[in-house]
Amino acid sequence: MIRNSRTIAALVAALLTMSLAASCSRKAASAVLPKATAVGASIVESSGGKQIAQAGTPLPQPLVVQVNNEQGTAVPGALVEFTAAPGVTFDPANGLTDSSGQLTTNVTLGGMAGRYQLTASTTDKAHKNVELRIEEIALGYQQTLGRQLNDQYCDRCHNPESTVERVSNFDNLEIKPHPFTEGDTLNKISEADLTAIISHGGPALNKSALMPAWGNTLSKSDIQALTSYIRAISDPPKRNAGPVYAKN
Amino acid sequence: MKEELKSLGQKLFGDSVRAFGVVSLVFLGSLAIAPAKNRFSEWRHYQHGYLKMIRNRSDAVTLQRHFQGGIQQIWLPDLGVVDRCTSCHVGLKEASLADVNVQPFRPHPVIPHKLDQFGCTMCHRGQGAATTVAEAHNSTLAWEQPILPAKYIESSCGQCHRGPLPGAPQLNQGRHLLSGYGCVHCHTVKLPDGSTMKATDDPPSLSHIADKTTRQWIDAWLKDPQAYAATDTATMPNFKLSDYDARDISAFLIANSISLPGDSATLSAKASSDPAAGASLYGESFCASCHAVQNAAGNLVGGDIGPELTRVGSKVKPEWLQAWLHNPRAYDAETAMPHYRFSDPQVAILSGFLLAKTDSDLLANVHLEAATPEQIAHGKRLVSDYGCASCHEIAGIKKPENFAPELSRIGSKPVTQLVFLPGMQHTLPDYIATKINQPRTFGQGLKMPQYTFTPAQIDSLTTALLALNDRSATLPPSLTVAATPESDYQPAGKAGKLMADLACFSCHRINGHGGDMAPDLTWEGSSVQRQWLVDFLKNPNTLRPALIRRMPRFNLTDGEVNELTDYIMTVYQSPAVDRDSMPLSGYPQGQVELGKQLFYGKYSCQGCHIVDTKTDKGYIGPTLTQVGSRLTAAWIFQWMKNPQALRPGTMEPNRAMSDEDAGALTAFLISQKGAGKSEVAKAKK
Repeated sequence: MIRNSRTIAALVAALLTMSLAASCSRKAASAVLPKATAVGASIVESSGGKQIAQAGTPLPQPLVVQVNNEQGTAVPGALVEFTAAPGVTFDPANGLTDSSGQLTTNVTLGGMAGRYQLTASTTDKAHKNVELRIEEIALGYQQTLGRQLNDQYCDRCHNPESTVERVSNFDNLEIKPHPFTEGDTLNKISEADLTAIISHGGPALNKSALMPAWGNTLSKSDIQALTSYIRAISDPPKRNAGPVYAKN
Repeated sequence: MKEELKSLGQKLFGDSVRAFGVVSLVFLGSLAIAPAKNRFSEWRHYQHGYLKMIRNRSDAVTLQRHFQGGIQQIWLPDLGVVDRCTSCHVGLKEASLADVNVQPFRPHPVIPHKLDQFGCTMCHRGQGAATTVAEAHNSTLAWEQPILPAKYIESSCGQCHRGPLPGAPQLNQGRHLLSGYGCVHCHTVKLPDGSTMKATDDPPSLSHIADKTTRQWIDAWLKDPQAYAATDTATMPNFKLSDYDARDISAFLIANSISLPGDSATLSAKASSDPAAGASLYGESFCASCHAVQNAAGNLVGGDIGPELTRVGSKVKPEWLQAWLHNPRAYDAETAMPHYRFSDPQVAILSGFLLAKTDSDLLANVHLEAATPEQIAHGKRLVSDYGCASCHEIAGIKKPENFAPELSRIGSKPVTQLVFLPGMQHTLPDYIATKINQPRTFGQGLKMPQYTFTPAQIDSLTTALLALNDRSATLPPSLTVAATPESDYQPAGKAGKLMADLACFSCHRINGHGGDMAPDLTWEGSSVQRQWLVDFLKNPNTLRPALIRRMPRFNLTDGEVNELTDYIMTVYQSPAVDRDSMPLSGYPQGQVELGKQLFYGKYSCQGCHIVDTKTDKGYIGPTLTQVGSRLTAAWIFQWMKNPQALRPGTMEPNRAMSDEDAGALTAFLISQKGAGKSEVAKAKK
């Protein structure tokens, strides 16, 4: 009996040390950063900023950043770390720049809709942190619905970019529509006016009749979804009036 | 030490009064535990925090009025929901808190459901009755259903909504992948309505494979399907076969193949090598509508209905390709490929063009000796071991039943029944995602092959699988939204046979059946004029200038064209449009003028359509230069009144036109006879 319990105790102890060792080694592995073989002076975005994705889903394109030296030439082997609000994941979260001075990471945005600030950082010669901030947009339920409607009804005219699958009608229009990212213009249009233009067409606000009335085609909640999408992707972002705090 | 204890005992329990006093105090103290627990409870802490947060806001008065203290509960007996989440998540219904970013005070994003009618755990899972953060969100001993990570939230929509759902693209995509990537060939998925999820992909039959390709290609393909595909487009997964296994399976498949008589028939013309003619015939026939080819820049150009053709010359045998181009239905009666009725010289040109698409590296390292009977027998064993016949038809091998675990309720599988890998999070969504991503890492001898999914696709698949859970299986039908059943409409008679031969349904939809690449033809008979349809079938011209996917020319005979036209004109009639109720000409000039003004002014149709090629540039809708020879006046009139009623989902906005405006526009448009005018006049004479 005594012998039995001793063996069990020994076993338990062995297991504990093993699991401890395992957990320690795992922690250690995640904490170890690759050793930089070079340092740069600045970090710039190559591609992958200002993308739009549904909340909680991976961005369609990877994020690519580049580390440059004082002369502006790419630095291979510099260490770059990506950080963001909790919920955002990077694959990989850090690494050394490749031979062209770039590091590519796949980003999955968090589950909440909104704008996410991502930070890519590297250290310079003086061991100072050099940071680059990149913004990505996550769409919630309503905005995702709005994006689908945009793709179906609006995008062909309002998006000046053509793809192989979809030729833009933007250039064919006498009076150019506003791309929905054009925050400088669209942010000045109130919610009520935006809804009115979509429902009743351009003439509702003394604008071009080339913008047709969609009020009989789209439901009220459809139009709400569209405006919420337009607000979500505007650049610069639309600032809400927000709470006004009472003065003491 | 002992002495001290003794004296302490004396002090406390020395006489009966002291003892009574001490016991009473202890008793009183223990009575205070419950109120103290309540007083210092987490939800009270959060409610205080909320009140503090809103105090200085401009909307404080309203928020304060809405606020209710104490434990809040949503109780929905029908759904089995008892949710106390709103005890801490106090601001869920306060839209004015949109700027608040701290939990648990964020307002709920806009969704089409009301909180009071659905509760929280219907969508978010977790333990609704719990009143502490840990018990509500995490797995506990008594309750292992943790909160669902937000990225899989659409799976909860799928519990009640059985069909495609706008606003839940991830769920839709996941379900699409489940049925389209062959998952349900091996895994049974019984849907809550009693039906079984059907596969929508159509893996090729391997019974006649030796006619089509070589053993070398099969061997290379089995080892790594993506090596043949241009950009990971192969839907065939990688079974991680050893060289020996691939050798033996390829040996068996070739030995087992039964030759079809048509495939080896030699053609009068040999494959010709005229790249320019080949490219132009490939373009004219709009092969790219369905087939993709990788261009010099590395981009795939073309559709994904048919297989990708970048290296097709390294795969198919020349005589098979020629027979296939002549009549694909001779090899595969169910194929989505239309029977083009190419002439022999056309087949020679096109096959020559396709056979030149080779990749010398692909088969360079494949060296196979003649197969031995042992190898063939071993290959046969492997074919049944790996369940190849679950997806592919293979002569002499039966489709295995229940080859892989059933997934009908995978979304409720208890975590205790799962085996996790070291380093994995112990949650069901993580298990499912990892299993799809790296199925072979879970142990030796597992058969599930390696797919090539993107992270987004894995999330979508996980979302769709999580929707298959106990709740979804047991909800009464009155609380669910059923999927619209897929129509299996088939046209009848000779015309029906012809339409099947031309694979019209690969692109067009009629009465709810068919593809969505080309226009819905359900009411085509009410819509178009007979002569236009005849001309179009003989030589399809471009209606929408911006489209790269178009109707190909099938080289139909006059008899076939008449057969099709007659059928379409008589059968595909809309009850809402009487095609003969309005004349095709003879409208008063004033009405035509008014229509023109409305077209260019009030309705600004030129934004999307072209009537006058000199001034109009609209590139979205069909060109209308000849619309008067194409459409019936009655159709145009009804289309003006309500386009979505005639073709649901069409992009043309419903302008709620008066009869007068619609009539004037009809008069204007029907006068646009274009170049086709003279032909129509001739036909009438």
